Amino acid sequence: MSAVYAPPARHLLRAKDLADARYFDPLDVDDLARAAGLSRAHFSREFRRAFGESPHGYLLTRRLERAAALLRTTDRSVADVCFSVGLSSLGSFTTSFTRTYGMSPTAYRASFPPATNQARVPACVVRFYGRPQHRTFREDSAAAAL
Amino acid sequence: MSFRIATAQLWVHDQDEALKFYTEKVGMEVRSDVTMPEMGNFRWLTVGPAGQDDVAIVLMAIPGPPVMDEETGEQVRDLVAKGFAGTIFLTTDDCHAAYEELSSRGLEFTEAPEERPYGIDSSFRDPSGNSVRLTQVRDLATL
Repeated sequence: MSAVYAPPARHLLRAKDLADARYFDPLDVDDLARAAGLSRAHFSREFRRAFGESPHGYLLTRRLERAAALLRTTDRSVADVCFSVGLSSLGSFTTSFTRTYGMSPTAYRASFPPATNQARVPACVVRFYGRPQHRTFREDSAAAAL
Repeated sequence: MSFRIATAQLWVHDQDEALKFYTEKVGMEVRSDVTMPEMGNFRWLTVGPAGQDDVAIVLMAIPGPPVMDEETGEQVRDLVAKGFAGTIFLTTDDCHAAYEELSSRGLEFTEAPEERPYGIDSSFRDPSGNSVRLTQVRDLATL
């Protein structure tokens, strides 16, 4: 069977998928270009044309988004968060984060409720608070008519 | 009055390639594969998961004129290739086992199973670029 036609963007999507899937590894634009099977310069140009931003920008914002989630939902240190999203320089992480979110990682975390508030609610609480109000059909229609 | 979801459609770049992928890699069944010469060889091709007979996915070729003008067709092809044309959400009772089985058939996942607040989630793409999520949804009552 002959090779199936795929629009060039399909190869660029492989690079984007790689950034989404492996942001926590020390990936760089060269790795993304390889995933798309293109030279680095050509890849960066084509990626920007298809998705409206540079591959470097896409990978960095994916990492920052993941870092922000870790700051909100865990109590791991800022350095740990930085390394967990594939970045190796705490200084440039702090700079990029602050530029993007308008505040430092520490201030960002402080602006959200403590991560412990997001802990899963025990089953007994779900059962207590999730139980609906009992109502009859007639009461339902009366409420709907209001 | 009531209705049910029977079929939903995905654009694919190549129906043979998509059919091979959804049956051989994902393990779905062919539900119908009918070509109509009187309609310019339009091919109605649907697949669905074993054990869920009343739901199917149409693997629809991107048509040319007069159904769709060349420029629009090009845009649709491009959107599919960029991964923005749609997603199928599958659920399973064992995401890790499904991941192992599909991987062993050569299916490449874009996201390996990961814990999420709502369950264990993973994803892959079909050859055209459509995204498929495979999720083991957590029963909230067990939390």
